[in-house]
Amino acid sequence: MEEFFQQLTNGLAVGGIYALIALGYTMVYGVLKLINFAHGDLFTIGAYLGFTLFTAFGLAGWVSGPGGVLLVLVMVMGLVALIGFLLERVAYRPLRSSSRLSAVVSALGASIFFQNAVMLIYGAKFQVYPNDIRPSYVLSIMGIDVPLVRIMMIAASLGLMLALYWFTQRTRIGAAIRATAIDQGAAKLMGIDVNRVISLVFMIGPALGGVAGVMVGLYYGQVDFTMGWVYGLKAFTAAILGGIGNIPGAMVGGLLLGVIEALGAAYISIAWKDAIAFLVLILILIIRPTGLLGERVADKI
Amino acid sequence: MSLLALRNLTKTFGGLVAVNNVTFDVAEGAIVGLIGPNGAGKTTVFNLITGNYKPDSGDIFFDGRTIKGLPTHRIVQQGIARTFQTIRLFQNMSVIENALAGCHCRMQSGMLSAMLRTPAQRAEEQRALLRATRELEFVGLADEHANLAKNLSYGNQRLLEIARALATDPRFIILDEPAGGMNDQETAALIDTIRAIRDRGITVLLIEHDMSLVMKVCEKLVVLEYGALLAEGVPAAIKDDPRVIEAYLGADTDD
Amino acid sequence: MTVSRTTSYAGIAVVVAVLPLLLDPYWTDVFVSIGLYSVLALSLNIILGQAGLFHMGHAAFYAVGAYVTAIANTMWGVPVLWAMPFAGLAAALFAMVVARPIIHLRGDYLLIVTIGIVEIVRIALINNVFGLTGGANGIFGISRPMLFGFKIAKPVHFYYLVWAYVACSILLFRRLENSRFGRALNYIKEDDTAAEGSGVNTASYKLWAFVLGAFWAGMTGTIYAAKMTIISPESFSFWESVVLFAIVILGGGSNRGVLLGAFLLIGLPEFFREFASARMLAFGLAMVVMMIFRPQGMLPPMPRFYKLPERIRCITGKGGDAAAQAGGGA
Repeated sequence: MEEFFQQLTNGLAVGGIYALIALGYTMVYGVLKLINFAHGDLFTIGAYLGFTLFTAFGLAGWVSGPGGVLLVLVMVMGLVALIGFLLERVAYRPLRSSSRLSAVVSALGASIFFQNAVMLIYGAKFQVYPNDIRPSYVLSIMGIDVPLVRIMMIAASLGLMLALYWFTQRTRIGAAIRATAIDQGAAKLMGIDVNRVISLVFMIGPALGGVAGVMVGLYYGQVDFTMGWVYGLKAFTAAILGGIGNIPGAMVGGLLLGVIEALGAAYISIAWKDAIAFLVLILILIIRPTGLLGERVADKI
Repeated sequence: MSLLALRNLTKTFGGLVAVNNVTFDVAEGAIVGLIGPNGAGKTTVFNLITGNYKPDSGDIFFDGRTIKGLPTHRIVQQGIARTFQTIRLFQNMSVIENALAGCHCRMQSGMLSAMLRTPAQRAEEQRALLRATRELEFVGLADEHANLAKNLSYGNQRLLEIARALATDPRFIILDEPAGGMNDQETAALIDTIRAIRDRGITVLLIEHDMSLVMKVCEKLVVLEYGALLAEGVPAAIKDDPRVIEAYLGADTDD
Repeated sequence: MTVSRTTSYAGIAVVVAVLPLLLDPYWTDVFVSIGLYSVLALSLNIILGQAGLFHMGHAAFYAVGAYVTAIANTMWGVPVLWAMPFAGLAAALFAMVVARPIIHLRGDYLLIVTIGIVEIVRIALINNVFGLTGGANGIFGISRPMLFGFKIAKPVHFYYLVWAYVACSILLFRRLENSRFGRALNYIKEDDTAAEGSGVNTASYKLWAFVLGAFWAGMTGTIYAAKMTIISPESFSFWESVVLFAIVILGGGSNRGVLLGAFLLIGLPEFFREFASARMLAFGLAMVVMMIFRPQGMLPPMPRFYKLPERIRCITGKGGDAAAQAGGGA
């Protein structure tokens, strides 16, 4: 029972990370029908920017405690959003009218570029987050010890997800994003500036990914330049699992994947952890070809 | 005898009943028009016949045998060819290749014989090419054979769809709004083409909004409204049927 | 049209034949790699380029072929080249089993599932499935291939073996493309529904595209295993699949495009070895730039050329006019 609870909360924490990254994939896919393969690397960049801000400027010491962390998170969000904005302008906008496959290759190229840029700047070795900024407090819930940082992770990712959900459902800009996702042409005719919506999506998605990067740094204490591939692939899996293009789907898919992985690693085999995640994905897609919450599009003939 | 027989065909999408208990027959060698207001379920009937959709209930008989539940390519093989309302050509392929697509189901050679380029495979390719060329000539597109399908005019794209369907060597052809987007001159030529198809011994079922074409070319009309059969009969009778007039012009205010 | 294609192939053939005379063993080895990637990408092109199926897990089939070869050779003493058809068949069988339930998935869903398959295969190899794959260390001591009593061991031997294989593959694939099978794949790529509506058994052709591509990748696995004499799971990672995917799309989907793509992605980075890590940075940037300036790829396939049969007789009067105007112009 204790083991199960530990794995469950751990799975939710990791799943929250997957969900935050998956949101970036799914939002971009929603408006552009493009898989942004560089998204995982924006997450890496977020993690490294967080490392730089924490260490080089000593923000944690300057503004002690949660305030410092929050400040760093906001700064990382802004910086990664800027990179996401530039990425879309440079690598994707010129390919908007081309085949989707050429955009995929452009995305892969951007991913390789970012990954190697991080490696050149920070070196191939992993970097350690300062561990004094990370709350070491352990909570006891019904006699089971849970690290506070884990609870905070879950709370933060859930909070961000709810905020995003509220934003897309309840605001004018959110409505514009949804309209663009459904029909770009019609959205344009209704006076929505589609280019601005796409730029905005390319800022929101990476901002969430960047935050997820910092959270991973805080949770595991270290970051390395290839982490974007692994997390990116998992988050993409989560987005597909939930039904790509669907925002609640990405949240559900991410949390589910995290929990499946944690429980699979604990109760089946840790060596097969990654394989279990993919196997579940394949099985679900065989039963529901458009993911858990994805719409079943009937072929218009 | 009837070549195609629909019996109590029903299809629903979610809560919407698109086709409701429809029964009608198409006699061999006839030209039959399927008409009705927008959203009456005409194209859905076509998609049910060609196996793109599976009916919820009812049955479809072709030449006395049921074809319900067969995959589309098997239905084509049995001799039912179709064109699409929204033109669905292979846009980036040449006109002749589009016509050759129809020949596919009458050919045998596979992967291995293609790699070995056996005499049988080459002879078959030649026969297919001849057939495809003949069908392009039939619709008057032979000169365009090397063009890409997407570079054809709208009217010619419709004709190419017909050529592709004819290349499947059908006994029965289904035309979904063949005159859509055509000018008067093209429509007039189309009427001749449709008659010529029938003269080759191929039964024709068509959906068309151009009433003058329908009245000129069809020997029998089937009228759908809200997915259900409203009337059927010879064009002259349908034209004067009050129910049909009402369906097209809208009901009087007193309902 | 055909003339220029034939001459360009003849030109490539001459260059390929004399190249080893000018190269040191290191560069010969680089060209062996280019050749191997070429065949792999050619076989992926059937699935991705010809049939338009988003497949990013080709390394899985390659891995099956290489491991079947390695196991057959090191455990049962089967000569390497004898193992080749079996490696191909094993990969084809594997493709048939895994592709059948997923073949109906649309674009991006298929993409992630094929990525999943390549990852599952890699993890299975690391975990030493059936106690045959040697875990993370892989299998070593694979013997050199013998061809008519001649031992193929030096880079230059492999060079000719691999490029002869490339040449055979191109010849066969070209024939395949210009056939009923090749056209059917293109119809599916252009419009799945219209293809089915024209009488093409789309599900079956998609599956056969996978099976054929896998068969070739499996056989290529044999040559890879023989060349390396040691194989491990890391040789068949997702990254390899990504590179192959990029070769096909950058190349544009034609066979010559694939050769060019393989040269650019595998060969060109070798020229910049001294720049070490910065070269991968440039590599990524180059991929983006190339796609922006040539979104259709470097060498997209040329339209097929058909020599129409002479139009003498016509079926109807109406067609007769058209044919008379054409005047047997083809």
